[in-house]
Amino acid sequence: MRSERKFPSGGSGQGVGARLPRKEDDRLMRGRGQFVADIRVVGLQDVAFVRSPLAHARIRGIDVPERYRGNVFTAADISGVSPIRAISALPGFKISEQPMLASGKVRQVGELVAMCVAPTRAEAEDIAASVTLDLEELPAVYDMLKARDPGSALVHEHWGDNVFLETNYEVDISAALDAPIKVTREISTARQCMSPLEGRGVVASFDGRLDQLTLHSAAQMPHITRSGLAECLGMEEGRIRVISPDVGGGFGHKGILLPEEVCLSWLTMRCGHPVRWIEDRREHLVASSNCREHHYRITVYADRDGTLRGIDCEATVDSGAYSSYPFSACLEAAQVASILPGPYRMPAYRCRTFSVATNKCPILPYRGVARTGVCFALELMLDLVAAETGLEPGEVRLRNLVRPEQMPFDNITRKHFDSGDYPQAMRRALAAVDVAAVRAKQSQGEADGRRIGVGVSIYCEQAAHGTSVYAGWGIPMVPGHEQASARLTPDGGLELRVGVHSHGQGMETTLAQVAHEMLGIDVAKVRIILGDTAMTPYSTGTWGSRSMVMAGGAVAAACRELGERARRIGAKLLQHDPASVVLQNGEVRGVNGSVSLQAIAHTWYRRPQDLPADVDPGGLEVTQGYKPVRDSGTFSYAAHAAVVAVDPDVGEIEILDYVIVEDGGVLVNPMVVDGQIYGGLAQGIGTALYEEMPFDTSGQPLATTLADYLLPGATEVPTARLDHMETPSPYTQFGVKGIGEGGAIAPPAAIANAVNDALRPLGVEMMQSPITPRRVVEAVLAARAAERNAA
Amino acid sequence: MKPAPFFYERPRDLNAALAMLAANGSAKIIAGGQSLGPMLNLRLVQPELVVDISGLADLKRAEICGDELVLGALVTHADIEDGRTPDVTCGAMRGVAANIAYRAVRNRGTIGGSLSHADPAADWVSALAALGARLTLRSLAGARTLAIEAFVVGALESALQAGEIVEAIHVPARAGSAHWGYAKSCRKTGEFAHAIGAVLVDPAAATARIVIGAIDTPPIVVTDAGELFGGRVAADYKQRFDARVADILLVKAGIGDAVQRHIHVSVLKRAVHEAAA
Repeated sequence: MRSERKFPSGGSGQGVGARLPRKEDDRLMRGRGQFVADIRVVGLQDVAFVRSPLAHARIRGIDVPERYRGNVFTAADISGVSPIRAISALPGFKISEQPMLASGKVRQVGELVAMCVAPTRAEAEDIAASVTLDLEELPAVYDMLKARDPGSALVHEHWGDNVFLETNYEVDISAALDAPIKVTREISTARQCMSPLEGRGVVASFDGRLDQLTLHSAAQMPHITRSGLAECLGMEEGRIRVISPDVGGGFGHKGILLPEEVCLSWLTMRCGHPVRWIEDRREHLVASSNCREHHYRITVYADRDGTLRGIDCEATVDSGAYSSYPFSACLEAAQVASILPGPYRMPAYRCRTFSVATNKCPILPYRGVARTGVCFALELMLDLVAAETGLEPGEVRLRNLVRPEQMPFDNITRKHFDSGDYPQAMRRALAAVDVAAVRAKQSQGEADGRRIGVGVSIYCEQAAHGTSVYAGWGIPMVPGHEQASARLTPDGGLELRVGVHSHGQGMETTLAQVAHEMLGIDVAKVRIILGDTAMTPYSTGTWGSRSMVMAGGAVAAACRELGERARRIGAKLLQHDPASVVLQNGEVRGVNGSVSLQAIAHTWYRRPQDLPADVDPGGLEVTQGYKPVRDSGTFSYAAHAAVVAVDPDVGEIEILDYVIVEDGGVLVNPMVVDGQIYGGLAQGIGTALYEEMPFDTSGQPLATTLADYLLPGATEVPTARLDHMETPSPYTQFGVKGIGEGGAIAPPAAIANAVNDALRPLGVEMMQSPITPRRVVEAVLAARAAERNAA
Repeated sequence: MKPAPFFYERPRDLNAALAMLAANGSAKIIAGGQSLGPMLNLRLVQPELVVDISGLADLKRAEICGDELVLGALVTHADIEDGRTPDVTCGAMRGVAANIAYRAVRNRGTIGGSLSHADPAADWVSALAALGARLTLRSLAGARTLAIEAFVVGALESALQAGEIVEAIHVPARAGSAHWGYAKSCRKTGEFAHAIGAVLVDPAAATARIVIGAIDTPPIVVTDAGELFGGRVAADYKQRFDARVADILLVKAGIGDAVQRHIHVSVLKRAVHEAAA
């Protein structure tokens, strides 16, 4: 179904569009990857932290046994280090100050209070266990809705309330109020932990000769980490080198400056030896960063034929205690307001959002960012519109989706949808799951007492959005031109340096494919260098599904210029007029012959005596910057459809069929994209059915091990059927779009809609993720009781 | 997540192990380590001494003695799953073993360790109660035998006394006319069950044992389960299964939450249906 695109690499099978096995897998699959925890440095000592056991408390004292005084450091030992301040210039945003080690007050369970250093982690944990905290417990702010009540306890007293930011957006909501159909609900998504295979980890050391702090950290954005560290430590950026080696999954969890990074940087300079901290799974679950906790009070207005008249919403996001650097605590909620209308047309819209501070871990943008919650809320509501109108849910979507002839389309929140055929994606998904066959099956009932349901959802996802979008946020990180460096080596290989990072995305392969497309160099001879501030051009890093669009574009730009320089040298060597030669398949060709890039490189570096005196002195090393023609973002999109079987008495849900119809523009490596989608789907299923970090009323996180915090495994993820459409973006190099996050956006909505479709005849409606067995049975019993009472 | 310091011994004979346990009241026994390992790492237990019994050959035997199967405490779930042990349950134990947690856990986890840990959500605690199994407990003072339902006295609480160890499990032969049903509901494959139903029904003998497990207390074991089938056990027991009686049993066990009770009763019903299938 994919159109065969023609790029200069022609039939080499290595360029843009090739399903090339991942180069990095040779290393990673053989266990030769090197992650932070694999790094060995002479003199290395381990750090364990004393963390707050309480969500909200005043620190009255910290008692360190005499024998460990030299191993334990608290806030009292530190001076000259600034707290982490992740600001936003949005009007009314309140700034939090996250200290490196708590002093005065702790504001979340797991907050760092003291660091303990010892030759091994086990010994460091023994020391940590010997430290006694004298805490005066304060009432915890554990519920984001109650946190706005007058008289609520305050996370940051000087704010006067618990609201990081309130935003209001409205387009003519009064025009919708006379709509014949009006559906109002409360919808919520649970707080989650991002759970990459590899947690966070830091090895810090100081090089006296270079007068430089070296921080190995599992980080998605090493350059941003360096800037943040420099600000906190009051050091010049040049005195800090951040190296992010192989990284085992990021998803947003590794996109922030950690207080642990500040701590270990300070500690290695204080102690004079390298120090290490490796996040364990309990720290990840209870102390680190969370995501996804949204609440919506939402009303959808529609006509009887299913046409959307407007949406009115109040959305609240539990931002946790602190604003994480560089994303501010308001990113998630404020984004809700701009993306809630989804891929649909509507004439009226109002959204009020609150980013609320609570005594919990900071919330971070997790794969899909606000979109997963938004898609859940909106798509569940559209199914209710379908139920009210008697239309098939798919039909309601088809009536309201932006149509292909309207592209490019500016929606009601002024998002600029670049290209695509949203209705076709929906139609293909509906056909693939065969809705009519499901309806026929439903009418017969299941022999085992289970109930079958089908659900759909669709989204469009802004990716690789740049300066014009982020400048307005006024956060510490605004992406500009993305840069890449390309260097031809003396033997004709290619080194590419990029400031983004790869933590599962396969960029060592896909960026090599881009270079091959431009220069014809065998991908085996292309090395991608990333994850090191000393080796790569500055970049805001890998986030927002931006790397293929931005770094891919930058690599293409750098290779284009490099090719041009090589072509001019080649023309000299061929004694041709430069205008008469072309670069093709790794050679400069003229009418009388050709010269390979390898020969050109060899001549430039090793036999300069063969070059004419008037050769261009620019050389074979190029750094170029890149921005798309328009930097308002690419919009990939996908329709998801799920068929489920639900046991109403036990609450078990089985996914019988799952279909994804996806359009990511031109796919550089469709196999890598398939992998991204499958991985995203697994996380989406986690959101839909399994993952939840509950808190009690004292702010204690209750899922402290992976026996309590359930992640989907191989047995929980069905074999999904993928169908690709390929509508190029008109604005980007090759027409690529960002696709990294999409897989995780739509599954909770599609699955919840399928469950609700199955249970609707029982009078059951699930409006909260995850849909657990207990929640299903609770709703079924409540509906049965209501029916009995009515009878 | 590293354990607090502890001493470690790996004795070669049972008496030496029993002597170590007698000498150190806070000692913990490790066999497969599938529960104790994480508990040590989380510092939920901080024993002075860990006695590794994996070297005790006596505890690895598996043989049929008379009309019962005797399994040493160190028999692994995988031993049973793979048929390396004799069977007197017509495959019932093999089926239970094959669905315990994950294969990696089954490779190392032992039947004696699982029972000693006394987690109400563990499969053997419920399945062996339904099968009418007994345990031999041994200490330096001698041995005693307990029915499983008398052994598990609370959540993570067994009748083991200081210095005592689970030595063997005795499983009675299942009658040829007896029907077996075992059902559990887990949030995901391999996770601890949140509801378990186990039934051994012999319509020919008009007897039935039923177990409702994975509750916050020891499993509910009804050794004479006629009341769940309208007062008598006969060939039509599937039709006669009375969910209300099961619900009352759960109420009596202190399960106040109607949703939880409904799930338990529904899972028990599945086990009954499986037995009758």
